[in-house]
Amino acid sequence: MAYQRPEFKEQYENYIGGKWVAPIDGNYFDNHSPIDKSFIARIAQSNEKDVDAAVEAATAAAPAWGKISIVERSAILNKLADCIEQNVEALALVETCDIGKCLRETMGADIPISAGELRYFAGVIRAEAGSISDIDENLVSQEVHEPLGVVGQIIPWNFPLLMASWKIAPALAAGNCIVMKTAEQSPMSMLLLLELMEGILPPGVLNVVTGFGAECGKPLASHPGIKKVAFTGETSTGRLILQYAADNIIPASLELGGKAPNIFLESVMDQDDEFLDKAIEGFVFFVLSQGQACTSPTRALIHENIYEKFIEKCLVRVAAVKMGDPYSLETMMGAQSSNDQYQKIMSYLDIGKQEGAELLIGGESYDNEVYPDGYYIQPTVFKGHNKMRIFQEEIFGPVLCVTTFKDDDEALEIANDTQYGLSAGVWTRDIHQMQKFTRGIEAGRVFANCYHTYPAGASFGGYKNSGIGRETHAMALDHYRNTKNILISYDKNRQGFF
Amino acid sequence: MPLERVSVTEAAAKVIERLRDKHGELMFHQSGGCCDGSAPMCFLAGEFRLGGRDLYLGDIHGCGFYMHADQFEYYKNCHTIVDVVEGRGSSFSLEIPLGLRFMIRTRLFTDEELADVRPVEPAT
Repeated sequence: MAYQRPEFKEQYENYIGGKWVAPIDGNYFDNHSPIDKSFIARIAQSNEKDVDAAVEAATAAAPAWGKISIVERSAILNKLADCIEQNVEALALVETCDIGKCLRETMGADIPISAGELRYFAGVIRAEAGSISDIDENLVSQEVHEPLGVVGQIIPWNFPLLMASWKIAPALAAGNCIVMKTAEQSPMSMLLLLELMEGILPPGVLNVVTGFGAECGKPLASHPGIKKVAFTGETSTGRLILQYAADNIIPASLELGGKAPNIFLESVMDQDDEFLDKAIEGFVFFVLSQGQACTSPTRALIHENIYEKFIEKCLVRVAAVKMGDPYSLETMMGAQSSNDQYQKIMSYLDIGKQEGAELLIGGESYDNEVYPDGYYIQPTVFKGHNKMRIFQEEIFGPVLCVTTFKDDDEALEIANDTQYGLSAGVWTRDIHQMQKFTRGIEAGRVFANCYHTYPAGASFGGYKNSGIGRETHAMALDHYRNTKNILISYDKNRQGFF
Repeated sequence: MPLERVSVTEAAAKVIERLRDKHGELMFHQSGGCCDGSAPMCFLAGEFRLGGRDLYLGDIHGCGFYMHADQFEYYKNCHTIVDVVEGRGSSFSLEIPLGLRFMIRTRLFTDEELADVRPVEPAT
C-alpha cells in the first residue's frame, strides 16, 4: 500500500529562543519535493542578522543549560527520543517528501536510528565520569568536563534528521546550546520535530535557522560567538569551515565523504548459502538512499576467480531493485534529491561511458510512471579500473564501479588508492584474511561481513580527506566540551622558590 | 596558443556576470567529497585560501579556476566545461541563492590535443 503525501503549512519560520521567528529581512525560498517537483512550503531565507539573533538566544540559554544536573539532561534527551519514536510515521513521510528517499528507509532506518542516537548519549552521560589521580601525597589532579557554550552545526541533506541527531545528541549531552542550519534541500523533518518537541527543551538550547550556505552557513561558521563548528558536506566548503575556525581559533569537526571500496574475497563463493546471499545484498547496498550516502559502497572489488559467477548473481539482485512510488513500502529506491544532483549523476554516467567503462546494467534515467516529473536514475553498474574518474570521485548517486583483483595485496592497494577514507566493506569466510583487510584498509569504519549499519556506540568518521572527528560514540562528547584540570594541593608548606 | 583545460558555457558565463555585479571578483574551486561535491564552488576571489597543493587550471570568464593536485590527477586528460543548471546545494557556493548550481561537463582530450594542452601552474 502507498501512504499519502503529508500536508504542510504554507510557510515556516526560524526557531530561535524557543519561538518561531520570521527572518529579519522577510525573505523566503520555495522548497519543492524531488519526488514530483511539487511545492512543499516557503522556508525562511535567513542571513547574518538571523544567525546573530540565534547565537544571542543560545548564549543567553547556555549558562543554565550547562549547569542542570546530568540526571535531568539525560531525561530530556530521552524525552526527545520518545518524541521521535511516537512520531516515526509522520517524520518519515515528511522526510520522504522533502528529500525523495523511499519510505521504507525513512520509516525503517533514518527516523528510528535518530531516536536511538539520543538514547545512547542520554545513557553515556549517566555512566561516564571524569578522572582523578594522586600526583603525590598532597597533590591531587582532577580532570573535569565543562561545556563549550554555544556550538554551530551545519547539517547535510542526505539523511536530514539522522545527521541532525548525530550532531544534536553529543552537543546537548555535553551541555552545549546549539545553533543549527539545516540543508536548504531538506529542512522539513527538523522543522516538524521542533513543533512536536515543544516544551521539552528550555528556550534557546536548540535554535534552527534555515537558508543558504553563502548567506546563512558562512555567518554561522565564522561567528565569533560559537565555540565549535561541525559540518558534513563537501571538501571545498569543508576547507572554508576550517579557515573560519582558524580565524576564531575554535575546533571544527568535519565529515566530507568517501569512495568506499567493498571487497569480495574468493571464499565468498565457497558455498551457496545464507552468507553468499548476504554478500550479494552487501554488493547491492550502493543503492541505499539512492547512493546519496557518504559511506555508499561505490567501488566493488571482486576476486578475479569468482568474478563471473558472483557478478551474475549480483546483477540479478540489482535488476530486482524496485523503483516507483517512494511513498509505497514496496519501493526500494526513490528520487535523487534535486535537479542539480540528478544532472551531476547523469554527467558522471556520461564520463564513465567516455572513459570506456563497460556498462553492466542501468546507465540511464528512470521513467517513473507514478511521478514522471521527479528525479529518478536507474541503479547503474560499470566495470572498469581504479584510475577512472568514476572510481575516484564521489558521484553521490546509484552508480557502482566494479573491478577485479588477483590477490590480497592488489585488493588492498586498490582499496587504499583513493583520496578518501570514510568506510569500506570486506566479505570473507576466512577470519585471518578478515584481520588482514580490516587493519590494512585506511578508513574510519570497516564493515566486515556487513554493510550500512549504523548502531549508536560504533564510532563514525574519516581517515584522509574524509574529515576530522568522530560521531555516534561517547568519544564525540570530547569534541563538544572543554577539559578542565583542577590541581589541588593539600600541602600547607610553600614550594620554596620565592 | 595552447588548448585550454577549462571553459564555460554561455549560460554559466551569464550567471558569473550576475554574481560579479552583486559580489565583486570571483574564483572557482572544484570540490570533492559528499553531498554537493564533485562540482565547482564559486566564491569571492580570495575568500577561499588556496594552498600549496592547489593548482591553477586557467580562467573562465575572468575567474581563476582551481583544483587540488590529488583531484587533478584524474582530470589531467579531461576538458572541463563549467555549466549551470537549476538546482539547490547546501555548500557555500554563491549562485545557490539564485536557485542555480554550477556543474561540470567533461570531454576527454584526444591524444593529439593532449600534446598541446595548457600546462597547470601552482595556485600560490
